Amino acid sequence: MKIKQDVAVSDSGFVFNPTTGDSFSVNPIGMEIIKLMKEGKSMEEINKSVLENYNVEEKTIEKDLYDFIEMLGHYSLREENGQT
Amino acid sequence: MKKQRYERPLIKKLEDNMPNKFGMRKEYLPMTHIDDVSVKELIDQYGSPLFVISERKIRDNIRKAKTAFETRYPKVQFAWSYKTNYLNAVCNTFHQEGSWAEVVSEFEYDKAIHNGINGSKIIYNGPDKTEESIVKAINNSSLIHIDHLDEFYTIRDVAIRLNKIARVAIRVNMDTGIYPMWDRFGFNYENGQAWTALNKIMHSDVMNLVGLHTHIGTFMLSPNAYAVAAGKLADLAIGIRDRYKHEIEYIDMGGGFASMNKLRGSYLPGTDINPTINDFAEAITGALISSNFGPGKLPLLILETGRALIDDAAHLLGTVISNKRLSDGRRSTIIDIGVNLLFTSFWYEHNITPAQPFTQYSEDTVVYGPLCMNIDVLRENISLPLLNRGEHVVIQNVGAYNMTQWMQFITLRPRIVMIDMEGNPHVVRERESLERLLEFERMPDHLKDFKL
Repeated sequence: MKIKQDVAVSDSGFVFNPTTGDSFSVNPIGMEIIKLMKEGKSMEEINKSVLENYNVEEKTIEKDLYDFIEMLGHYSLREENGQT
Repeated sequence: MKKQRYERPLIKKLEDNMPNKFGMRKEYLPMTHIDDVSVKELIDQYGSPLFVISERKIRDNIRKAKTAFETRYPKVQFAWSYKTNYLNAVCNTFHQEGSWAEVVSEFEYDKAIHNGINGSKIIYNGPDKTEESIVKAINNSSLIHIDHLDEFYTIRDVAIRLNKIARVAIRVNMDTGIYPMWDRFGFNYENGQAWTALNKIMHSDVMNLVGLHTHIGTFMLSPNAYAVAAGKLADLAIGIRDRYKHEIEYIDMGGGFASMNKLRGSYLPGTDINPTINDFAEAITGALISSNFGPGKLPLLILETGRALIDDAAHLLGTVISNKRLSDGRRSTIIDIGVNLLFTSFWYEHNITPAQPFTQYSEDTVVYGPLCMNIDVLRENISLPLLNRGEHVVIQNVGAYNMTQWMQFITLRPRIVMIDMEGNPHVVRERESLERLLEFERMPDHLKDFKL
C-alpha cells in the first residue's frame, strides 16, 4: 500500500502527479496519511497513528481510511498491487 | 497530550476549467445557535430531526411587511395564509400581530375558529367549500371568495335557506404577463367571466359584494405582474361603482410573494435576485393609487402573504447518519431529514449548514435523506464542509409549506419547537408515535391472527 514514487507531495497539502499532470489538495490529516504511506507504513500502523493523535473512534477511521485509499487509487496515485 | 479534532481525510482534484454544477462553497461559518439557543442543546433535548421556529423572526417579518405597505397605502390588512403553516402557535403569533385568517378548506376554517378568530375576519378561499362550511361562513359573516359558479349557486341557496346575507367577493384570474397563468381558480378577467359572476351577485338579494380577490401565482419573481393585476381589479371595482353605484370595501391581492430561497436551477441565490416585500408593495400600491378611485375612496388592501413571512423564520435541524462514496467517485452524505419532512426540497436548493465548527476543506456532495426510496434526495450537488457521522446540520428557510405538506411516510414526524422572544424554546407540536397512528387503524376480526 504505497504512494507512487514519482508523485510529489508538499508540506502545505499539495499533491502533483507528473504522469497525468493532475494536481490535488489534501487536508492535514490526509497529508499525514500520505506521508505515512510514503514511509511504507501498513494500514494497521496508519490506523494506530491516527487513533493516537485524533479524537476519533476506531470504526470511523477504519471506514474513512478505506475510503481515502480508494480515492488515491481512483486518482492513480497509488501503486497497483504487485508493483513496487 | 490532547487529541486533535477529527476530520475525515480528503483529497480533492484541482480543476481550472469551467465551474462545475456543484457551484462555489457558500458556507463559511457554522450555525451553532438559533436565536441564541444552542443547536446541539436543542437536538439533545428535543431529538433529531427537529423543526425550530423563531417567534422573533415571525414578528419581525410581519412588522416589516406592514411597514412596507402602510407607508405607501392608507388602509392595509394582512390575513395569515393558513395553508402555508397552520400550526396554532404560528397562526396565533400572526393574529397577535393583527393578521386575519385566510383559509382554503373547512378544516382550516374550523382551525381558525378554534384559534379564536372572529368569523368576520376569516377570508374563505378555495375551490372546495363544503355546504356545511358555507353555512358556518354565512352565519359568522365571513368573507367568502367565490371560485366558480357552482359555488355561487350553493352560497345563494344556503343564504336563502338561512335568510341571511352572504358577504362575498369573487376570485379573478387574469393575464398579468407571466407564465403559467393561473386560470384554474376563479373567474377570468379578459373573457368576461368575471363580469358574468359580478352581475349575478349584484342581482342577488342574498349576497353583498364586499370585495375583489386575485392570487396570480406562487413564488413570483416579477413585482410588475402584481401592478398589472391590481390595475385590473381596480378597473373592475370602478366598473361596479359606475354600473351599480356600489362601492366594494376591499381589494385582496392574495399572496405569492417570493421568499429568499433559491429555486432549483437558478444560478444566483434568492437573496441576490428575488424581489423584496418593498418591491411588491411599491408595485401594488402604486397601481391602486394611480387608478381612478376618487379621493378618500381607496378600498382596503388585503394581503394574504404566507411564504415571504414565514420561510426564513424556521429551520430544520438534523444529524449525519453516514458518509458514502458513490460508484462514480462522488461523495454522498445521508442525513436523518428526508423529503417526507422537507417537501420544499423538490422546489429549492436549500442551504445546508453544519452546526459545529469546520475547516476550510469541502467536498462536492450529494445529500440524501434516510428514506429507502430513490427519490429521497435533498441536494443533488452541494459543496459541503466535511461532516462526520453524528454531527448536526441546519437547513434554513423551511417555514413555508413543509409543516403542512410533510408526510407521515416511513418515519414518524418530529417535534416542532418555537423559540419565544426571551429565547425560551417551547414544544408547539409533539413528535408522532406509533400508538397515535394506530388509533386511526381498524383490524377486521379475520385478519387478527396468523401463523408463520
